[in-house]
Amino acid sequence: MAASAFDPIIAATRFGTGLSPRIALPASVEAMLSQLAGPDVAADALPIAGFQTMRPSMTEWVAASTGARDARGTDREEDAREAFQALKRAIDDTRRRQHLQAIARAVTTEDGLRERLVVFWADHFTVKAKNQSFRHALHPFVEDAIRPHVAGSFADMVVAVTLHPAMLTYLDQSGSVGPNSPVGERSGRGLNENLARELLELHLFGVDAGYDQRDVTELAELLTGLRYDRRHGFSYSPRWAEPGAERVMRRRYSDKADLSTVTTALRDLASRPAVSRHIARKLAVHFVAEDPSPGLIDAISLAFRESGGDLLATTHALLSHPGAWTPARQKVRRPDLFIASAFRALGLQAEDVLAIDRKSYQRWIIQPMTIMGQPFQNPTGPDGWSEAPADWITPQGLAGRITWALGAPDALMGDLPDPRAFVATALGPSPAQNVVFAANAAETRADGIGVVLSSPAFQRI
Amino acid sequence: MDRRNFLIGGTALGCSLAASPLVTPVAMAAGPWDNRLVVIVLRGGMDGLDALRPVGDPDYASLRPNLGQASGLSIDPFWSLHPALEPLLPLWQAGELGAVHATSTPYRGKRSHFDGQDILEAGSTDIDGVSDGWLNRMLGAVPGMTAEVAYAIGQEQMLILTGPNPRLRWSPQARLDMSPQARRLLELVLHDDPMFRNASLQAVDIADSLTEEALAAATGEDGATSMRVSPRGDHRALAQFAASRLVGDTRIASFSLNGWDTHNGQVGSLRGALGRLSETILTLKDNLGPVWGKTAVLCMTEFGRTARENGTKGTDHGTGGTMFYAGGALRGGQVLGRWPGLAEVDLLDARDLMPTSDVRAAAGSVMQGLFGLSREMIETTVFPGVDMSSAPRLTL
Repeated sequence: MAASAFDPIIAATRFGTGLSPRIALPASVEAMLSQLAGPDVAADALPIAGFQTMRPSMTEWVAASTGARDARGTDREEDAREAFQALKRAIDDTRRRQHLQAIARAVTTEDGLRERLVVFWADHFTVKAKNQSFRHALHPFVEDAIRPHVAGSFADMVVAVTLHPAMLTYLDQSGSVGPNSPVGERSGRGLNENLARELLELHLFGVDAGYDQRDVTELAELLTGLRYDRRHGFSYSPRWAEPGAERVMRRRYSDKADLSTVTTALRDLASRPAVSRHIARKLAVHFVAEDPSPGLIDAISLAFRESGGDLLATTHALLSHPGAWTPARQKVRRPDLFIASAFRALGLQAEDVLAIDRKSYQRWIIQPMTIMGQPFQNPTGPDGWSEAPADWITPQGLAGRITWALGAPDALMGDLPDPRAFVATALGPSPAQNVVFAANAAETRADGIGVVLSSPAFQRI
Repeated sequence: MDRRNFLIGGTALGCSLAASPLVTPVAMAAGPWDNRLVVIVLRGGMDGLDALRPVGDPDYASLRPNLGQASGLSIDPFWSLHPALEPLLPLWQAGELGAVHATSTPYRGKRSHFDGQDILEAGSTDIDGVSDGWLNRMLGAVPGMTAEVAYAIGQEQMLILTGPNPRLRWSPQARLDMSPQARRLLELVLHDDPMFRNASLQAVDIADSLTEEALAAATGEDGATSMRVSPRGDHRALAQFAASRLVGDTRIASFSLNGWDTHNGQVGSLRGALGRLSETILTLKDNLGPVWGKTAVLCMTEFGRTARENGTKGTDHGTGGTMFYAGGALRGGQVLGRWPGLAEVDLLDARDLMPTSDVRAAAGSVMQGLFGLSREMIETTVFPGVDMSSAPRLTL
């Protein structure tokens, strides 16, 4: 097979957020990587608050919820209940604004690779909101724990993710108690091994990497002491920690009950050789193909291992391998990327995206994503979204895409572009002839745009 | 357009055909049998020990100091149903709801949701090399199948029906409305890509065949065309849609209910999940009408949960658990399976309820009874490696 090489259209689609009438195509792999190594322009222009500064804050949640409870049966009851309801509405407003900011970043960025990596790593470390107070805490999780590290160190990301309130809450770590710790002995409470298991199975090694139930239990014991609660925030509580040293996957960690034991163990586990293949495979599968070439996986895996988990070097290895630039488009845009790429091709500006009101947001983003198979921030479990194109291009998933493509641009934009010109804007300078014909033959602009966006030429990357 | 009206109109015989002996319901049925099978996948690992409580076991109470102590629904001296299943109690009493206890798939050891669900849906002893589901292999074992026979319903990928044999997949909330010209142009742009072409052809077929009633049921009483998705009502919409297909040509339907991974505060979370399961089964029964009498519903989960409650008033991933079954075609009102006990020495790995049967054998016996599949076909094709020699008998 002849080595494939850098192609600006593939660079913008397979490794970016799509083509745009406003933004130049990437010039080279080096240019993409130097942008990624540089400042995070999109986040600076379209900021999303982290967990500590988001509003409503967890302190405000605690005040409003306890206020509503304490006021029961008093003359303040109705006011307090209404205040709590208002806070819940504010949480949903914040969540919608965060989502629109994130879409606007993808729509307007010149550094599409960064947005794609953020989505990849956020999926690798999937968190979900288990209750209403965390509904607006998932984007902040990504801002705090994922985004700063996509061109940095994998071990740093693992530590940031594992200690984050959103993860500690989602995978039940906050309630896990060493059975022989002071708190465990007094209360009779015990381990919850959820986070430990997913760290080994999903975040680090993969299910077949040679750990067993004993390793899961030992790691769960090692993690005891990590806690988050809304009232007191994050803490490491030695009185919750299982005494004694733990041995995870043939290596013994310190018996000292403090945070540095946990972070040292996490860093050590993150640097085990077996991690590199798991990560390399996932990257190749996410960006290139469901069944990527072994050579591509080997190259990424080697770079990850030799660089000590440096994600810039790892991403470099992905982009420099000819296997990443195969002309065959074997991946399909996930619904969130499909929507953002469509907005981008349609030339929407950040303010257009941010102006989408609550009703349109429900009608044209939240509900369609559910039909397309990606209910927003709600994958089935901690393994995130499917990478298999066939899981997305189902009868229903495709019906959702077509219905959206025919309706959403017209509903959300004042002026639709001319479909005859839009074909090249959305697909590049040499679009498929059947799409050109269809765009020209459509009865309305909305149908013409919809047909272009529904075409495999647009949906495949 | 309603596809059935279209087909009938196309014969130029008009409405009178509906009463013609040439087109009896049997002739309309695309499958070779008249019985119906619904498989509900309970994702997350249902705690069988809390859903169907062995209150007569001397060790039960001490393992569950916070769970399962209050207000179960006694069905015999040994067993109590979880109170959230109260709406189903009349079915139990009528012999239309039963359970197999201390059962599991062949999955052991790692207790991963994802592997556990894969093995449950693949119907295999391990996941290596299996990419199709057991309901799909069953379809392949029977001649004369068409896609309309089997439906995977809902937003999620259902491995259980995935495979080379035709089946349809749809969610009650999906729509596909477009002008005839847009439809022709879409056919053109999707035509050369088999994955897109096949998905679109099926989508058009399903969307065209949905009756106005089914659309109204999925969108709410006002029949609004907006794609409203209500998390609280989703399970009812799934069941309504399933029933709307099963009263027609469809013989097999599968969908999933989530929310069983009760690591924390199980008293509240399991109550919600079992409440939704109750509503789902009752919605099926109500909407199936007389067809309920020919229907079997199997509620299967990837694993049970730890015998002991954990430190957060919940339970962790375990092994043995419970399969509920319902429907007029099954013999309910009984708890099947050999009870292994809950003493420390009786538990698997000193933590989980010991499985004493392969849940695949129970499902296999339903397919034998309902569809007349041979034992050999079950043991070699549908569930490779299963031993049907001591399978419980669930059918009437």
